Amino acid sequence: MIETENLTRRFGKLTAVENLTLKVEEGEVFGFLGPNAAGKTTTIRMLCCLIAKTSGKARIGDFSVDDPEDCLKIRKMVGLLPGDVGLYDGLSAYKNLDFYGKLYEVSPERREDKIKQLLSLLGIWERRDDLVGTFSKGTKQKIAIARALIHDPKLLFLDEPTANLDPEASKTVRDFVLDLKKEKRTIFINTHNLDEAERLCDRIGIIKTRLLTIGSPGSLARGLQARKTVIHLRHVNPKLLAAVEKLRAVKDARIADNKLILDMDDPERDNPEVVRTIVEAGGSVQYVTELRSTLEDVYLKMIRETEDQ
Amino acid sequence: MRLWKAWIVATKDFGVIRENKYIFYSIIAMPLIFGMALPLMILILLAGAPVDVVMSFLGMLNVFFAVMAAMLPTVIASYSFVGEKVERSLEPLLATPTTDGELLLGKCLAAFLPSMAATFIGAAGYVAVIDLWSYANQGVFMLPNLNLALIVGLVAPLACILSVEANVIVSSRVSDVRAAQQLGGIVVLPIILVLMLGSLFAFMPADLLALVMSGVLAIAAVALFYVSKATFQREEILTRWK
Repeated sequence: MIETENLTRRFGKLTAVENLTLKVEEGEVFGFLGPNAAGKTTTIRMLCCLIAKTSGKARIGDFSVDDPEDCLKIRKMVGLLPGDVGLYDGLSAYKNLDFYGKLYEVSPERREDKIKQLLSLLGIWERRDDLVGTFSKGTKQKIAIARALIHDPKLLFLDEPTANLDPEASKTVRDFVLDLKKEKRTIFINTHNLDEAERLCDRIGIIKTRLLTIGSPGSLARGLQARKTVIHLRHVNPKLLAAVEKLRAVKDARIADNKLILDMDDPERDNPEVVRTIVEAGGSVQYVTELRSTLEDVYLKMIRETEDQ
Repeated sequence: MRLWKAWIVATKDFGVIRENKYIFYSIIAMPLIFGMALPLMILILLAGAPVDVVMSFLGMLNVFFAVMAAMLPTVIASYSFVGEKVERSLEPLLATPTTDGELLLGKCLAAFLPSMAATFIGAAGYVAVIDLWSYANQGVFMLPNLNLALIVGLVAPLACILSVEANVIVSSRVSDVRAAQQLGGIVVLPIILVLMLGSLFAFMPADLLALVMSGVLAIAAVALFYVSKATFQREEILTRWK
């Protein structure tokens, strides 16, 4: 659905996006993670044909962002939720959506049905005739999402969909995105909310001008470091450490408080032998847990590495 | 260029104008002032003066309709363009399958049509007031005459177009509605000055002067059209508009 090759955008001497190459499949929820000014919004704007690229290629479905005719078709098939909701405060919720429905060339009957369906789904149908200026930030965000969906787009770009929202409104928006995911829409989310990315996305790309890494939330976390086994003991002593270090399965072992932290390739296979060895060496095992790196670890590691360069 | 798309943009702006009391009352007030209050004031102040004197004063009022047509877009266009900036609604608008030209035309129509409607209503009121007076005093209907027709039908629309274009350019440089109105007012000041001076110093017949003014305004409007079109580009709006 989305395909880019060495996509680059410069603003004068500043490079906002550099050599971005990625592929997002149809029906996939793809998350773009990165700090402020990492090039996330610029990428979305290039993909929505809002700004031109400096070099490289980008295609949305069968259409190229280079061709002005294709750009109109791209804009017709994508829905955009920008960083700022950008609704008309002086118009009602219904009129806001109706205006965009017309611009997206939705037929009058379909428009009416769609507005009713979306506003009902988001729980604001009863307030459809209220001026948008009277709504809370969360409600405005819901209307902006409805606007992005008014023409039933195959591809949805969400730029920071829960930024500045309170936890309850964030949850409503997240749940709505999950519902959209079930409908097998392709969704491209810009966020710096790691938890949100982990919950919503099939795959995540970490960007800081360049694409630093890409993969599923799980694979990214696994790729950062091997899974570790943490053995909580009543007392830990160097004798126990020496005993486990002798085992072939243990690649690395260290002591932290009353815990032994072991690095192994296949903990499910090797943990029983490790526990047995510790018990035989006089250790008193209280419980065994797993230490996994999180998406946050991956994100921070990647960003720090780029800063160091 | 799909005119119906431009019309959708324009009708949305008409809705916003209707909801905005400041613009709405400005549009209503101008024709009342120029079309009714000002001629009535002259007639009252000059009551008893020779008919020729009154006629020469009233003749000068014609040009006010072109001035009005140049002034009104500064109020409407500032909301139409800068208002979108303030509400940050330009990005979703630009993300729709609408061309830059269609959006620009829609926005320009939203400023042009109400301004011209107000101008025509004002002119109609003016004709009614003057004709009531002239019929009562001379037994003839003085208006409409060729000069008023040229000013309202030619000079005023051109002045209005020029003002709209100037406001598009101004709007790209400011992010505050009041600043846009003030700057827009300054930008249209030369247009108003040319119109006023032309009517005050009658160095050529009034009808010929109206035609010359139209020519000058038309040339300026064409030149400014290219500048405003270059200003209203998606890329420009999203990356350079303040």
